[in-house]
Amino acid sequence: MPNHQIDPNKWIDLYSDYLFNYTITRVRDRDTAQDLVQDTFFAGLKSMKNFKGKASERTWLISILKRKIIDYYRKINSKKGKAEIRINYKSDSEDEGNWLEEHVADPFDKTAEDNLENTELGLAIHNCIGKLPEKQAQVFKMKTILDYETEAVCNELDITASNLWVIIHRARTTIAACLEKNWF
Amino acid sequence: MMNKKNKAFISCDEANHSCDKSQYNEADFWEKLKLNIHLLYCRVCRKYSINNSKLSKIINDSDVVCLDLKDKQEMKDCFEKELKKRQQQP
Repeated sequence: MPNHQIDPNKWIDLYSDYLFNYTITRVRDRDTAQDLVQDTFFAGLKSMKNFKGKASERTWLISILKRKIIDYYRKINSKKGKAEIRINYKSDSEDEGNWLEEHVADPFDKTAEDNLENTELGLAIHNCIGKLPEKQAQVFKMKTILDYETEAVCNELDITASNLWVIIHRARTTIAACLEKNWF
Repeated sequence: MMNKKNKAFISCDEANHSCDKSQYNEADFWEKLKLNIHLLYCRVCRKYSINNSKLSKIINDSDVVCLDLKDKQEMKDCFEKELKKRQQQP
C-alpha cells in the first residue's frame, strides 16, 4: 500500500481549485464554497495527525470537505421555516387547466444526467491541469477558465506574449491528450 | 511573387500559434485566413486544430470553475498565518 505523505505547505496551490470546483457544484454559491474550502484546509491542519497515509492527501481533504458541506446544509435547514417545502400550483388564469407536468418537464433543458456529467467533467479537467507543471497550470487556468486578457496574464506573471502562447500551446496539448485518455 | 507566397503559406508552428489564438478569439482575419489555407493541405495541423476546438468546447460546456487570483491569495495568506501559529507551538 502506498504511504502518502502530508505536507500542508502546498495544499492551497495543489488542491484549492479542485476542492472549490467540487464544492461549487454542491452549494452553488461562490462565497459559501470559498468559505467551506477554507474551513476544510483549517480542519485538515488541525487533524493532520489523524492522516494515516492510506489515501492521497486530496482524497483525505475531500472527505473532510464532504462533512463540511453536510454540516452547512444541516445548519441552514435547522433555522426554522427554511426547511419548508412550498409547492406553487400555478393558478394564474391564463395557465388554468394546464397539467402540473407541463410546467415541470422541459425537454430542452439540461437533464440531471447532463449536469452530473458536467460536474465530473469539471473535476476531470482539474485532474489533468494538476498534472501540468505549476507555471503552465497557472497560465492555462488564468487564460482559459478565468478568461483573463493576454495582456493581464502577462503583466501578472511578468512574461511576454509569445512566451504565454508557447506555454498555452504546451498546456493545451497535454490536457487534450490527458482528457482523451481519461474521459472519452 | 516569392514574397506573396511566403505570406500566404505559413509554417506549422505559425499555424498552431494562430490556431491557439483563435481558441480565445484573438486571431485576426488574416491569421484565420492563413490558418485555413494551411489546414487545406496539412493533415497534422488539421488534426491538432480539431482536437484544439474540441478541448475549447469541452471546457466551455463543463462549467469548470477556478478560484479568483485575489481570493486564492487571501486564502493562502490566511492559511499560512495559521500554519505558522501551529508550527510555533508543537
